[in-house]
Amino acid sequence: MALVASGNIVVADTAADPTAVKSENGKYLDKEGNPTFKVAPDGTVDWYTYSGYRRYHSECHVCHGPDGMGSTYAPALKDSLKTMSYADFLGVVASGRQNVSTSQENVMPSFGNNRNVVCYLDDLYVYLRARANGAVGRGRPAKHEEKTPAAQKQEDDCMADSK
Amino acid sequence: MRKVLLATCVGAVAAFAAGAATANDELTKMSQNPKDWVMPTGNYANTRYSKLDQITAANVGKLQVAWTFSTGVLRGHEGGPLIIGNMMYVHAPFPNTVYALDLANDNKIVWKYEPKQDPNVIPVMCCDTVNRGVAYGDGKIFLHQADTTLVALDAKTGKVEWTAKNGDPSKGATGTSAPMVVKDKVLIGISGGEFGVQAHMTAYDIKTGKMVWRAFSEGPDDQILVDPTKTTELGKPVGKDSSLKTWQGDQWKIGGGATWGWISYDPSLNLIYYGSGNPSTWNPKQRPGDNKWSMTIWARDPDTGMAKWVYQMTPHDEWDYDGVNEMILSDQQINGTERKLLTHFDRNGLGYTLDRATGELLVAEKYDPKVNWTSGVDMNKSSPTYGRPKVLDQYSTDKQGEDHNVKGICPAALGSKDEQPAAYSPDTQLFYVPTNHVCMDYEPFKVSYTAGQPYVGATLSMYPPPGESNMGNFIAWDGKTGKIAWSNKEQFSVWSGALATAGGVVFYGTLEGYLKAVDAKTGKELYKFKTPSGIIGNVTTYEQGGKQYVAVLSGVGGWAGIGLAAGLTDPTAGLGAVGGYAALSNYTALGGTLTVFSLPQ
Repeated sequence: MALVASGNIVVADTAADPTAVKSENGKYLDKEGNPTFKVAPDGTVDWYTYSGYRRYHSECHVCHGPDGMGSTYAPALKDSLKTMSYADFLGVVASGRQNVSTSQENVMPSFGNNRNVVCYLDDLYVYLRARANGAVGRGRPAKHEEKTPAAQKQEDDCMADSK
Repeated sequence: MRKVLLATCVGAVAAFAAGAATANDELTKMSQNPKDWVMPTGNYANTRYSKLDQITAANVGKLQVAWTFSTGVLRGHEGGPLIIGNMMYVHAPFPNTVYALDLANDNKIVWKYEPKQDPNVIPVMCCDTVNRGVAYGDGKIFLHQADTTLVALDAKTGKVEWTAKNGDPSKGATGTSAPMVVKDKVLIGISGGEFGVQAHMTAYDIKTGKMVWRAFSEGPDDQILVDPTKTTELGKPVGKDSSLKTWQGDQWKIGGGATWGWISYDPSLNLIYYGSGNPSTWNPKQRPGDNKWSMTIWARDPDTGMAKWVYQMTPHDEWDYDGVNEMILSDQQINGTERKLLTHFDRNGLGYTLDRATGELLVAEKYDPKVNWTSGVDMNKSSPTYGRPKVLDQYSTDKQGEDHNVKGICPAALGSKDEQPAAYSPDTQLFYVPTNHVCMDYEPFKVSYTAGQPYVGATLSMYPPPGESNMGNFIAWDGKTGKIAWSNKEQFSVWSGALATAGGVVFYGTLEGYLKAVDAKTGKELYKFKTPSGIIGNVTTYEQGGKQYVAVLSGVGGWAGIGLAAGLTDPTAGLGAVGGYAALSNYTALGGTLTVFSLPQ
């Protein structure tokens, strides 16, 4: 799967099997190597799902609604992520998209230079993928795995990057 | 710029006659004619009270729809139309269409203005592409477009007379608020508190559109137009660098303090009043200090912009309790003395009454009993914390710190009341307040600032107060004592501006789409009608051809359209309770319509 997407067209590429087949320092990957969620039988979610929940409700929910439910002017990502691939997701978040017609003016900005978003792209993707697959319900996940030192380092490096 | 002239012949309207009088005299006189609705707030005092009394508590039950008008726009419709003589001016959210309708000629469209704006401004508008209406003065209609262009249109033809650029959308500044004309100036605020904009109130010359003064919410004294020795807070001079001292380093430059609320004016004191919003970011740990003068009630001289007095309601905000809500001016007796009062229902859940000449704090009480972040405001004049709210540690997102989820804070960030303006009736001496009854969990965390990108820094979730299912109340409030006179439950937040009339009736809209009329004395529901969409607009009244009309814009959206469209969840309740807080989308859908009511022939 290509990691570059134009962001203009989202192909209805039926999202692949989300089952986690391996873990790299607390980040779970599916069989194609894309980030995915892991929910234990007792409801404990992986760190990225939890972190994605937090970041989503800071950066995304003012348009896309609580818990990816959508709003009066932006689509419900709990549905969009059912058909959107990882690559397309990255492309749209980085480049934004416009859907302007005589009856609607839906515009998503480019978040490509916003570190509060780009440093957490996988977190957001994993959380929304979990929502789209019904693995995580509405609201804050009650229990989560601990943040790994690797995740902390990656976050620190990314957030510090251009300062 | 695109403009369609649909008619060249406009009936002569006395109000448009050119005269030597200043716009101030003209508008003051015009606002005393109850047949018209000449400014977004109805009058300079922001009371939203009309002397029209054809529609009364006894006959309002017979109200009928007289006519309707579609704006052709789907987004959230805040504000309401202006009515001047035979003309009605109806505005819409982005793309900010304005229609002039001839009420004497079958409501025909006399002109339509639709600016061409870069759609990239849309996502920079926090919480929908709303616009709160147009203003009139000097024969012109003033509109603050989403892209911050302030445009003056010939009221007769819609022709553009001048434009002024009020901010930079690429840095996150946008236009949502209604302008206010005071004397020979057009006053306008700016949005962008979630984008780290250093917000300001600006006065433009009514004839030319040239900037006369600009007063920032935070910064050096010469930028915030404060005189260190003469400007007072609670009776004391604010002193030198009153804002700079309360920010770390240069943080004031991205400090927020948006000014998108309503503006009021007292001609006898020559003061304008408005509120400033939240400091940026929502993470209080990242901006130590009181963050002055965010969250502040401002009293300024409209000629120079110089501040006479200030009062910061929520120093060092920890919950996004914007102070932008309207300031309602009334003259009432307190302890047997006639006082010039200012009453303000803040997002923080406190209803404040101050002396509007001096800024003396008279009353600060909770107008929703569920408000829990504070135990109240220190009213002891000799106390070092006089005028400050006492914050409970349990609900302090600063004390609990970053990456800590503080639960059960009431009210939620949208406040016990947001921009939806309250009304005041001198007949009952009560304020009629549309409120939100919503609580939240709030978790601040570190964020970095990028120009033009959201600068939020907190995760929050909202839900009704535990054990309750109504997310709104419509209340009557006594501003002299700080007590609720009566309170009506509403299933959803009441996000519509109220109207009080001499007929003893109070009107407001609901998010499901009902226009409701209640008895001003008791709150008893007298009439309701379900309009085509949820109402976040303000109710207006006017008289045309000897008949009283009531008008309201419906068109769900705004911040209410974010959470409530999907329904809120109560994390403390079992799954079975979720149905009680059903999604607004089960009740209404998008679409902007003006619905106008009157009594049957």
